[in-house]
Formats: sequence, C-alpha cells, structure tokens
Amino acid sequence: MKKSQTFGDRTLFAVWRDERFLRLLGQIVFLVILATFLGYLARNMLNNLRQQGMGLGFDFLPLTAGFDIGEHLIPYDRSQTYLRAFEVGLLNTALVAGLGIFFATILGVFFGIARLSSNFLIQAIARAYIEFLRNMPLLVLLIFLYTGIFIQFPKVRQAITLPGPVLISNRGIAIPWGTPTDTFPLFVRILGIGILLAITLSLGLSWFGRRTGRAPLVWLWSILIFIAAAVAGWIALPSAPLKLDAPTVQGLRLAGGQQLSPEFMALLSGLVVYTSAFIADVVRSGILAVSRGQVDAAKSLGMSGFHIMRLIVFPQALRVIVPPLTSQYLNLTKNSSLAVAIGYPELFHVAGTVNNQSGRAVEVIVLVMSIYLSISLITSAFMNWYNRRVRLVER
Amino acid sequence: MTRKTFSLFSLLTVAAILVAACGGGATQAPQAPQAPSGEAQATPVVETVEVIKTVVVTVEAPAAAATPQVKIQVAQAPGFGETLKAVQARGNLICGVNGQLPGFSFLDPDGNYSGFDADFCRAIAAAIFGDPTKVEFRPTTTGERFTVLQTGEIDVLSRNTTWSLVRDTELGLNFTVTTFYDGQGIMVPKDSGLASLEDLEGGTICVQKGTTTELNLADVMATAGVNYTPAVFDDVNATYGAYAEGRCDAVTSDKSQLSSVAKGLLPDPENHVILDLTLSKEPLGPVVRQGDDQWFDIVKWTIFATIAAEEYGVSSANVDEMRSTSTNPEVKRLLGVEGDLGPKLGLTNDWAYNAIKQVGNYAEIYDRSLGEGTPTYIPRGLNSLYKDGGILYSPPFR
Repeated sequence: MKKSQTFGDRTLFAVWRDERFLRLLGQIVFLVILATFLGYLARNMLNNLRQQGMGLGFDFLPLTAGFDIGEHLIPYDRSQTYLRAFEVGLLNTALVAGLGIFFATILGVFFGIARLSSNFLIQAIARAYIEFLRNMPLLVLLIFLYTGIFIQFPKVRQAITLPGPVLISNRGIAIPWGTPTDTFPLFVRILGIGILLAITLSLGLSWFGRRTGRAPLVWLWSILIFIAAAVAGWIALPSAPLKLDAPTVQGLRLAGGQQLSPEFMALLSGLVVYTSAFIADVVRSGILAVSRGQVDAAKSLGMSGFHIMRLIVFPQALRVIVPPLTSQYLNLTKNSSLAVAIGYPELFHVAGTVNNQSGRAVEVIVLVMSIYLSISLITSAFMNWYNRRVRLVER
Repeated sequence: MTRKTFSLFSLLTVAAILVAACGGGATQAPQAPQAPSGEAQATPVVETVEVIKTVVVTVEAPAAAATPQVKIQVAQAPGFGETLKAVQARGNLICGVNGQLPGFSFLDPDGNYSGFDADFCRAIAAAIFGDPTKVEFRPTTTGERFTVLQTGEIDVLSRNTTWSLVRDTELGLNFTVTTFYDGQGIMVPKDSGLASLEDLEGGTICVQKGTTTELNLADVMATAGVNYTPAVFDDVNATYGAYAEGRCDAVTSDKSQLSSVAKGLLPDPENHVILDLTLSKEPLGPVVRQGDDQWFDIVKWTIFATIAAEEYGVSSANVDEMRSTSTNPEVKRLLGVEGDLGPKLGLTNDWAYNAIKQVGNYAEIYDRSLGEGTPTYIPRGLNSLYKDGGILYSPPFR
C-alpha cells in the first residue's frame, strides 16, 4: 500500500483504508467497549440492589450514627451524624498523614545523606535501615509495632514516668501540653505578626542575595526572627498564654497533657519509618544524579562541604527528588488506611463501621474513594507547583 | 500493508469479537460514520427495562366431593427460587460463618468447622441435598458479613448476627429464626475489681467493629453518663487479643461470645469474669438476602424442623423408628410420611428427615457444641423449648 496519498487522490482510497479514519474508528470502538462494560457493571449492580429492595443515595449521611469513636479532633459522640463520623475519620487521616509526611521527610533526608557518607559506620547503619524497612510489608510492620511494642508497655497504674513528665503505659503515651489561657488569642496574633516579619525578612534577604551574589541563610534568619517575636510576645504579655498541663494517672486512664493512643503511635511510627526508607533512596538517587563535575567545580572554588551540599548539590538534586517524593507522600497518605488492622479510627476504619451500621456499601465506598482521590489530587497539585519552582530553568 | 495498519486491523477484529461477545442486545455497534469528522463521539444508550415476573400458579385441589376448585395467584418478586436453583446447580451450600468463635463456628483440630452455627448450615445442606457435608464454609468478619451476603457470595449467613430493624430493612436482609437468644455482657479481668458500669468511668472498652454491641455500648454508656474510650477492632482475634494484652479494661460482646471466647481463646480463662449485667437483647440467627422468599422459607423451616423435632422427641437416633411407627400426624408430616410439605418448599419430602437424621434436632445440635460436656458449656436458659421454660417455639407443621 502506498502511504504517500495526498488530499487530491483521497477519493481513490476506500474509507477503511484511510489511516486517519481507522485511528478514529479504533478509538470509538474502544470507547464503546469501555462504556458497554461500565454500563453492564452499573446495571448489574443496580439490578441486584433493586432485587433486595435497596436504593442508592446519600440520604443516610444526616442520620444519627449511634456509635462512639475513640479519638476525635472535633467534638463527637454517639448522637452525631454519619457525616460527622466521616469528618472525624478524615481529620484523623489528615493528622496522621500530615505528621507522617513531616517526620518521614526529615528522617528520609537524614538517612539518604547518611547512606552517601564516607564514614563506613554511618553508611552501613543507613544501608541496613533502608534495606530492612524497604523489604518488609507495611502491614507486618504496623502489627509488630502495635502488638509487639505499644501495647506491651506497663498498665496504667504502673505507668513509666519519664522526666517532663512523660507517662508511658499500654493506654498510650501522655506528654505535657499547654492549655490556652485568657491571653492566648492575643498571643496568636503576635505569632501572626512574627510570621509576617519572617516572610518580609526572607523576601528581603533573597532579594539581597540575588543583588550581591552572596547567599544568606534565608530560612535560618526567618525562623530566628519568628522565634524572637514569639519569645518577646510571651514575655511582654501580662500572663503566660499557655499553662503547662502535666499528665497524671487518674483511675483507669491517663489524664491531662496530650494523649497519644497506642494505635496512633503505632500507625504514625510505622508510616514514618517505612516511608522514610523510600524517601532516603529517593534523596540518594537525587544527590547521585548531580554530576560529579559540579562538586569538583565547587571544591575548586574553595567551598566547604556543607556549602557544596546546600548551594550546589541539593538545589540541583531537588528537581530529581520532587516527583518521586510526591508519590511517596501520596503512598504514605493512602497507606494510612492500613490502620484498620490495628484499630486507629482513620477514614477507612470509620467508613467500615458506617458501612456496617448503615448498610450502604456502595455509597460508603464511593465516598471513601473520592475522598482519597481528592486528598491525592490536592497533594500532587501542591507538589507539582513546587516542582515547577525548583525545576532547572533553562535559558 | 504497513505494520501499523495491520495491528490496527487486528485490534479492530479483537474489538469486534468482544462487542459481539458481550453484546446481548444491550448495545448496538455504532454505524461507521461516513465522513470521519473530528469530533465524533459515541454515546451508548443504556436502557433499563424493569421486568416484574408474574407467575400464575394454579393449584388443583384433589377432586374430592364438595371441594371447590381454588385458584391462587401469586405475584412473585424477581429472584424467587433463584437461590435454591443456584445452590442445586453448584452442588453445595455456601455458608458464611464467624470461624473464630469456639462453640459456634470454629476450626476443629481436623480442619473442619464445628459448632452451633456451623451445624445449622449442615442441617440446611442436609435438607437440600440429603448430605450435610455439602457445605462450603466462608469465614467472614463482622465488617464484611452483610456485603458478602448482599452480593451473593454466600447463600446464608449463620454467624451470631443480631436481628435488628435497620438490618432487616435497610440492609436488604431477612432474618430467619432466632436460634440463640442472647444478651450483651461485659467481661473484665478478675483482679481489676471492676463490678459495675460506673466503675468503668474513664476506662477503655474493646469492642468489635460494625456490631450491634458497638451501638448498644454507646447507648448504655450515654444513658449511664459514663465516659469511656472505645477501642474498635476488626475481628474476634484482634479484639480479644488486645483485651488479653491489657489494652482495654473490659471487653463487651454477646454473653455467649464472651463465655465461649473466654473458655476457648484466652490463655487464662479463670482470671476473667463476666459482669452480672445485661446491656441489651441479642437475638442471634441465620440471615438470608431479601428478594428470594422461597429460600427464606427453606432456611426458616429447616430450623423450625429441628425445634419441632426436639418438641416431639424425634432425634437422629430414633428418627427411622419414628418415621415407621409414629402415629402422631404432626410427626408424620414433619418426616414426610404424610402430606407434601417438602415440595411446597421446593425440596424433596424427606428434607426434614434428612436434616434430623444427619445433623440432629435442636437439643442435639446445642449439646454437641454448647452442652454440659463441652468446654464451651452455656446453660440453655432462654434457649429451651417453651415447654421447659424457654422461648423456643416452632409454628405447626401443616
């Protein structure tokens, strides 16, 4: 067959020989098959539901849930609605995912750099850490942490007291925590001013850095000015904005301070160490991707090891690191649903109870899937924005 | 022909075969558009046609003198009779059980499911096939048990499931017969010194996810004004494992489950005590899907047959003798000597005979798993015949 047909002799070809038509037809056929398949599934489901006299709809959400949830960041009790129960679960997921991402990043960067250390011991430890965690299923790790460590602590009445005081028992870990006093709202405003100051300073310093070619420690100075504002505010206020609330043992439970349940601690620590191993490898690959010549050039300019890392290697490594890092963040968030195995009431766990008590399996699963999808899309939108910022600007 | 166009053609061929295979009249292959316009879109039209089968059953009464001819019209919902047909075609009954509950359904050392709930599955299989071994047991968690029943993965759920209004209606389930009347209790370690709800103030209570006990606990604690933290787990082993490790001050469930677990799963059963308070009524029994009333009847009446058999003194030991010598018409009808009760359920006339002969009457089933000689002994209490001070009662077999 000749492929060199022009517009003019198009009529000479039968339409089924036209490659453009065939391409289009292929796509249409594919679409039809897909739609037929999905339609068949949907129809099948609707038929089965109707056969059992069940409908579809989200009208169950405002009904009374009737069950209690162990941990909630917003007020919740059995008389609240299913919707509220979902919110409680979502916030618990957000809490564990947010803290998990934060700690996993710090730990991951640390081990990633340690893995490249020229010190044999540090390098070997980092390597063992990464290999051990990367090759273990997360579920196994979570169950080990939960049943092997966090609920093996002594009973409440024999709780271990560490200086602080930090109380450790099989009901969880309680740490001292501040309770807000009257002056707290004012203090929040002072903190706001501190943040504004820090942003202004960081913008000013970066501008100064670009003008002079020197690189001031923008982050360090910004954080210092913020801390200075906070400390000044704390001293200036007539009474301290936060009162220290020390945990104590009270009857069957730990009271006061901030309570961290064994389920929460097991899930958070499991997610953090597991994901940090992957992040460490991402960081290592990013650093190795920066060509050796860059380091040599920096050395020949007389830069110190720290400066080479901060100013030459890391900024270039970031553009390799950020895309895979994003998927690690997404993994961590989605992996938090494994908490069902250890009983931390995050979104999926609460959804399981809602499903069972309301009997709306399809709706509950659809809701859970769309919530996880939204979380993932938001996270990756943010990371894409950040990626565009750190990307190498080619001229 | 270039490779590209060739592969395109092969794709098309495969696609065409697929369309033909899954067509079934639901959709038509689109007409090939004459001019390949750029924005051609295929929108499949999926029509939903509701079919309600109306089956007219004409029952010819025996042409005895002075008996009028009766015609009964039964409008049957879609799904009527489908489960039995599917079970018979498959050759076994798929029965959802707990699988972790000694005395009710538990893997014995030989790898078979044994227990009270499991035996009712066997009785149903015996009624259908005349063979109690034609059961496939599916262990289910509390969380998934209704979904697997709704989606037809199992035929019947025989898994200490509490009958409640919401489950009966919204979940699309039908509760057959209460085989075990139970109540919710609370178990605590003996040395804890806890004796009442108020003692549990501030405590943590282990509970299984998606159960009525989870809801009752919330209700009762809210009424009593006791603050507590629920620790919610997915299955029996996780719940009682956490309790045994001391994660919770107390564990709550149906009393039968507490006692069977305490005796079967906890390492130190003598150190735990079930508090003398009952949080709720828990009627437990097999459950089927809504929409197939014939199947609902089969399960219901097989259980009633075991209860009636106990009432009339028919057991697996004497069922053959009773069958040939009994003069009691009710026993004769039950065992299929008289009448045609079996065919009315879509089964053979010796359905109840088979169930009793091969699995036993209610008392035998109970004693085998929960009787005095067993490690999971639970006094019969409410679960005695109405004649003996209990509330078990079978409607008449006629």
